This record gives sequence, C-alpha cells and structure tokens, in this order.
Amino acid sequence: MTDDELIWRVAGGSGDGIDSTSQNFAKALMRSGLDVFTHRHYPSRIRGGHTYVEIRAKDGNVTSRGDGYNFLLALGDSFARNPSEHAVYGDEEVKPLSENLDDLREGGIIVYDEGLLDVEDVPNFEERVEENNWHVYPLDLRALAKEHGREVMRNTAGVGATAALVDMDLEHIEDLMSDAMGGEILEQNLEVLHDAYEQVNSMDQPHDLTVPTGEHDEDQVLVSGSHGIAYAAIDAGCRFIAGYPMTPWTDAYTIMTNLLPDMGGISEQVEDELAAAAMAVGASHAGAKAMSGSSGGGFSLMSEPLGLAEMTETPLVLLEAMRAGPSTGMPTKPEQADLEHILYTSQGDSHRVAFGPSDPKECYEQTRTAFEIAWEYQIPAIVVYDQKLSGEYRNVDASFFDREPNASLGKTLTEDEIEEAAHDATGKFKRYQHDAEDGVSPRTVPGQKGGRYLASGNEHWPTGHIAEDPDNRTAQVERRLEKLDAIHEDLDDRDQQVVYGDEDADFGLIAWGSQQGTVEEAVARLNDNGNSVKALGVSDLSPFPVEEVRAFVDSVDEAIVVEMSSTKQFRGLIQKEVGGVATKLSSLLKYNGNPFEPAEIVEAVEIEQNGGGEQPTAQTTLEPAAGD
Amino acid sequence: MSKAFSAIGEERDVERDEFTPGIEPQPTWCPGCGDFGVLKALKGAMAELGKDPEEVLLCTGIGCSGKLNSYFESYGFHTIHGRSLPVARAAKVANHDLEVVAAGGDGDGYGIGGNHFTHSARENHDMTYIVFNNEVFGLTKGQTSPTSPKGHKSKTQPHGNAKDPVRPLSMSLSAGASYIARTAAVNPNQAQEIIVEAIEHDGFSHIDFLTQCPTWNKDAKQYVPYVDVQESDDYDFDVTDRREASEMMYETEDKLYEGTVLTGRYYQDSERNSYQAEKQQRGDMPEEPLAERYFDEDYEWERSYDLIDRHK
Repeated sequence: MTDDELIWRVAGGSGDGIDSTSQNFAKALMRSGLDVFTHRHYPSRIRGGHTYVEIRAKDGNVTSRGDGYNFLLALGDSFARNPSEHAVYGDEEVKPLSENLDDLREGGIIVYDEGLLDVEDVPNFEERVEENNWHVYPLDLRALAKEHGREVMRNTAGVGATAALVDMDLEHIEDLMSDAMGGEILEQNLEVLHDAYEQVNSMDQPHDLTVPTGEHDEDQVLVSGSHGIAYAAIDAGCRFIAGYPMTPWTDAYTIMTNLLPDMGGISEQVEDELAAAAMAVGASHAGAKAMSGSSGGGFSLMSEPLGLAEMTETPLVLLEAMRAGPSTGMPTKPEQADLEHILYTSQGDSHRVAFGPSDPKECYEQTRTAFEIAWEYQIPAIVVYDQKLSGEYRNVDASFFDREPNASLGKTLTEDEIEEAAHDATGKFKRYQHDAEDGVSPRTVPGQKGGRYLASGNEHWPTGHIAEDPDNRTAQVERRLEKLDAIHEDLDDRDQQVVYGDEDADFGLIAWGSQQGTVEEAVARLNDNGNSVKALGVSDLSPFPVEEVRAFVDSVDEAIVVEMSSTKQFRGLIQKEVGGVATKLSSLLKYNGNPFEPAEIVEAVEIEQNGGGEQPTAQTTLEPAAGD
Repeated sequence: MSKAFSAIGEERDVERDEFTPGIEPQPTWCPGCGDFGVLKALKGAMAELGKDPEEVLLCTGIGCSGKLNSYFESYGFHTIHGRSLPVARAAKVANHDLEVVAAGGDGDGYGIGGNHFTHSARENHDMTYIVFNNEVFGLTKGQTSPTSPKGHKSKTQPHGNAKDPVRPLSMSLSAGASYIARTAAVNPNQAQEIIVEAIEHDGFSHIDFLTQCPTWNKDAKQYVPYVDVQESDDYDFDVTDRREASEMMYETEDKLYEGTVLTGRYYQDSERNSYQAEKQQRGDMPEEPLAERYFDEDYEWERSYDLIDRHK
C-alpha cells in the first residue's frame, strides 16, 4: 500500500480518553509539518459506548474526512465490561474493533488491546484479515501501561505502538506530553510510550504504511469550528454570553465561559434557553455586546426572544449548533435539517441574518461578520453550524488570528451625540425614526442622559410607544425591511460564497455549511479523474445571495444539491429564493447521522452523469430534479 | 459619576412629576383599576429616592400591567409575556449601576414566567420585581389566572377552577427572594413605603401588589379593610426569621380567599449577598459595569491572537 496519507482511527469507549489522546496525536502530526483533519463519532453517553476519532494527515490541504481509514488503534471499550449491561449493550465491548471494520482499507494496520479484546468475538476475523491483506498487531496495552504506571495510560501505549508502526519520530509526542503533565505522571507516561515503541519496533513489520512527511511555511494552530466562533466573538468585543448546556452547542459555550472572566466578561448559565436568549437581549439593550446560542431543541425556546430582538431592533448574535432531529433526535450526530427552523421560527415577518460557515476559518470570519452586521444594523444574526463542525479540528496558520479587534456598537450614540439627535416635544428620544438611513435608526443605552425611550415588542411610534396607527405601521415595517436590503448589499461586498473546481464545467454541486469541505474534496477527485465538475459553497443563508447562486446555476446544465436533510430544505431554499431553477437541481441527501464521505459524492455525480435513475450504494439518497 | 452614563448616580432633588410623560398617553386602564395605584406609588418612591428617570430601567411583561412603562417616564423595555425578568436581570448584570425594576401581572410572573421568577429570586439580583396581582387575566377579558381562587368561573373555566391558587409569597421565599412584601393599590402610602424599601434592599425584592380589576374581578371595596401585619396587634412575627415568615405568608395567602386582606413586609434577609457580589467575589464579573467599556475609547480590547499559543 502506498497511501500518501495516514487516516488513524482511535476507537474505544466514551470516557476512555479518546478525545484528548486524539487531539494530542493530531497536534504531533501537525507539528511534524502535516495538515490534519479530525472526525469524531461518539454516542450520547458518559461512560461506555463505542466512540472513535479519525485523524487524517497528509502533506497539503485536507478539507474532509477520508473514505475509510488505514490504521485502526482499537483500545476496546473499558466501560462496557459490566456484565449486567450486556443485555442492553450487547457486543459493545468489541465494537471498537468490529464496528466499520470493512472501512479499513486494503493493506491497513490494526493494533488492538488483546488484554481487553478477543478477535474471536469479531465475525470471521481471520478470513477478513487475509482477504484484505490487513496487518494485525495484538498488544496487551493494558498490561504494558500497568507495568509502568496506571491502566489509563494504555492510550499512551497505543500512541507509542502507532509511532513505531508508521515510522514516526517520538519528539513531538514527547513535547506535547511534557506540556500537558509533569512529575511522576509524565515519567510513567514516557516510560509507557517508549516501552510500547520499542516492543513494536522489535516486531516483524511486513506492512508498508508510513507517516507522510511535510513542512509548513509558518506556525500552525489546531482549532475546531467552535474555537473559530468563540475567538471571533472575543475579537468582536463580545463579553457577555448566556446559555444552557446542550450538545453540541456546549463546545462553544464552554470555550467562551472559560475565557470571559479573565477579560472582565460575564458568562451566565440560566434556567432555560428562553431565559438565555432573553438575557442576551437584556445585556445588549443595556450596552454590552452579547450572545447566546443552543442546538435545535434549545433554539426552539429562543423563538420568542429572537422575535423580540427583531421587533425592538436589539443587536444580538445567536449560535445554532445543529444535530439530528426532530425532538431530541440524535444528540451527538450532525444534520443540516434545522435550516428552515432557523430562518422561519418566530411569528410574523422575520428580519434576521444567518450564516452557515464551512470550516474553522469561516466560523471565525462569519462570526465576525455576524457581530458587525448585528450591531451595525441592529438585528439578530445567527451562526448556523453543526455537531460535525463544532468539534472538527483542523490546522490553521497561527497568523490567521492576528487581527484587530472591533468592539464597535455601531450606531449607538454617546451622550454628546444624543444632545444633537432628534427628540419629541417632551424630550423623549426618537429611537425608531421612519426616515433613518438604510433603515437603521441610532440607538441610546439606559443610563445615558437625554436618551430615554421605550423598547417594545409591540409595534411602536418613533419614541417606542405602542402604536396601531396604519401609516406608522407601514413606515416601520418598510424601514425594518430596508435594513435587509442594505445588509444584502453589504454582504455582496464580503463575498462569502466560494466556487471550487473547474470553472468551465457544466456539471455543478451546491452545498452549504459543514459539508462544503467534503464536496470540495470530491470535486478535486472528480477533476483529477478527467471529469469536469465545479461546486458552489453557500454561506449566506439570509439574506440569500440570489445573484451568485443564479449565476452558478445558469452556468451549468445541472447541479446536485448536497445536504444532510431528508426533506431537501436547502434545495427548497434555493428554489424559493432564486426561482426558475427547479428543473436543474437534483439532490444528494444523507440523514443517517454520519456526515458525507467524499466517495459518496463522487458516486452520486457519476450516477447522474450516466443519466441518473439509479440509487447510490452508500447510505445516501438521490432525488431527481423537478420534471425528471 | 459614571463616565458614559451621566444620568446615573447624580445627587439631586427629583420631582415626582419627572416620572410622568410630557404627553401622557390616553390610559388603557379602566376607571378604578388598581394599576393606577402601582404607577402612583412607583413614581413617588423613585422621587423619594432621588432617582433620575434616565438611570431607571423599567422592564415589563405583557398584559394591562405591561402598559406601566407607557405612563412611567424612564428608560423602558416592554418585553414579551413572562419574560421581563431575564431581560431585566441581564441589563443589571451588564450595567449594575442601573436601577432596574421589573413588573408584570400574576399570569406573567407566576404562570408563564414562573421559571424565570424562581431563578431570578434564587440568583438574588439586586433589583425589584412588582407583580400586579389582580387574580385574573384582565387584558384578554377575564380568564382564570394562577392566583384566581379555586372555583373561579370564567369563559375558560366554565365549571369553576379546579385548581388551588398559587402561593406567591411562599413561592418567593422558597425560591430565594431576600425581600418579600405584599401591598395593595387601596393602600397608597404603604405601597410607596414598600417600594422604597424594596429598591433600597440589596438583593432580589419581590412585591406582590394587589391590584383590583373592577371590570373582571373585584372593585377596590373588596380589598378594604386591609390589615397591615406590622401594625396589627393580632400578628407578631419576625420578618428576618424564615420559619416565622413562612407561617405568616401561608396564613396571608389563605386569608385572602376568605375575605381578609393582609399586607405588609413578610421577609427580609439583609445578610445574603446579592448575585453581583457573589459573582464579583469569584472573579466572574468586573467591578466597573461592563457597559462602560464600550464607551471607553482608550480601552485595549483583548485579542484571540494572544490565546493562540495553546493551540500550537
């Protein structure tokens, strides 16, 4: 096997330290000069249950998980050993070795903890090994760990074994361990690492998988989508967050909560998401840059305060980290099916902005945009992402984050400016003036002299008082809508949509949010194989980039809309916003809880190019264009 | 005095009329409505305390009570049904120099917003919450509310309410409010005194304010005579003693539905830290109000780039 990439899957039980082990290993690979990408899969359980992280590392840009993997480190599920749980969880214990085993590429490597796992429990193990030319290295990782330290150090033993098998230098791993621990724990871990490394090195190794080598031009950092979002919020001067825990939004919430106190910021954990979003509205009203967020279920509760922020024109940023629904759905699995929920929840005509970034860098950029738009235009802006992007780590140039902060409150007046501003005959500040430029009427903040007004969820006069006068109503509705036109123009200049692939291609793919990187890789593969394909990645969801999407659709004969939704929500949005394109758009859908793999997209394109009509072999669904 | 917010903390004599809008909107309250009593007492209390209308943020819910800030001149936030408290307490957290008052009806506070009431009291924010308790949903035309008596007949309970009413004072005590009182629109002097005490109290103050609804429920006469439990010889309890307060509250809640209107101060815990003090002790809230920072042109905002080494 001559793979130019390592796709290392570390599999165990929830609570076995898979996350931290994989992060350190990913960092070590990054430090060695490779680009890395992580994909995590975990159950909604604290202890036990098959969980794995895949790290894909190669020399050059990685935008997606790969197809399958070429190295499996199966630690076993140490928490699935309780015999009384057997009836419920069945063969859970062996799952780290048996689950998706057929996705291990031909010639791939298996290291498993023979202290915990018995290959007898894996159906036809020997035959499959032989058939696929897999190389199997059973090691008693637990015993090895116990010999020098404690059982939990078997992860370290697994990493040492991995390094020996793929000819990886231990230097970066040792450095990272020294950063993370000290004293006896560090010494024991280093002993475990070296002992495993040496034991495996002395074994006969007939495989030919080695870790690729690469070099970076500058310092790299390993960050997730949630870091991109949180760091953008910090740089936007956001110092208030309110929330309620919910997977996967908790990732970003926790990062913010841990950072804010040291910056004189405030994090509030409150009774429910309704209060969380209402608190962000209250804090913003009082002058702070504030945010809140949740996942689908919690976002349902935010429907009310979202509408209140729209009507009172209170700047606000909300996050929505999607997971598979409806209802509780699958808490730890991604889906993109909250799109319509986000765009249309809350009564009346909505006035909101929504962005769906594709990777940690876009998470950063578009969260910055969300804060700028929210405060410049006094409107809620929502950053929509999902379980995949939330915890997906990639390397990014460290200098990417070398930015100027911007804590501006937009058109918020100072007391000196208030003196010059419009007031009614009684001295009440005119907060909601009909003829405001771009529809944005300057605001004041409680405590400011001369700025008093009433913010109301009811329709209101320019001073904020409740009004049902038809002329005032029409003027206020039209002014609020005017803001969306101005935002649309503003967003056009920011150009947040991306086109990949062969620009002359007459076959297109369209995706949004976290699936874009996978589509990007599929397009590259198709074009490398002599196909001619291009793709459009859409990030602006509201206001929708109608012209850009129309131009893309016009430039191709047909396009597949790729999304994790069973009801084609994104395709529906395009058809509604752009109009007249329904006969060109087919759909590739996936809703089994796992994100797309590049090969699944390649397969779908090939089917469509051969005239369509067939269903893919993968767990995906092709739905034809209207009229087909 | 605050740099960005000069209305805050100004020492001066304040006239009651400063809290009356220059052009007073046509009242949407019925003649004889108890809500006028809250408005009057609140204006009087704010003037007595020398508060500038522009250092006050009055957050209201929905219902007749929610119209309070149409007739009260200050910064106002007329929120949505049941949600005045999270908006109000966040404003207090963002700028703890503001004088924050939340107000709403009994349906707003004890029904749809009950969860927020519980947790706002528990957190003990230094703010005042006035609940207009008229034992009925007024604005939507007289439906049974959380404080309506058992057996109350309305279009939504045609066979009479099967539920016992909530116990507002007891709820407040168990939730953690540190100042709890009941007053009535028919007793304007006591009402103003209690609002003054509530605002001065450093913690979450809850006032259950009996506001007669002459259109759907009772007129003022039915809240008379009222008894001030501090002034009556029939009652003797220590407002700082949680157990005694609890018993007195229970009796007061029962008596209301038997036709005896008991009012007064029920509980005060002056020892308990406000939420702000608790947060600040933990380093979780800045000493200077957060809102000030956005008006400080010299402030050097922290950057994510300074945190990035941990990701290398």
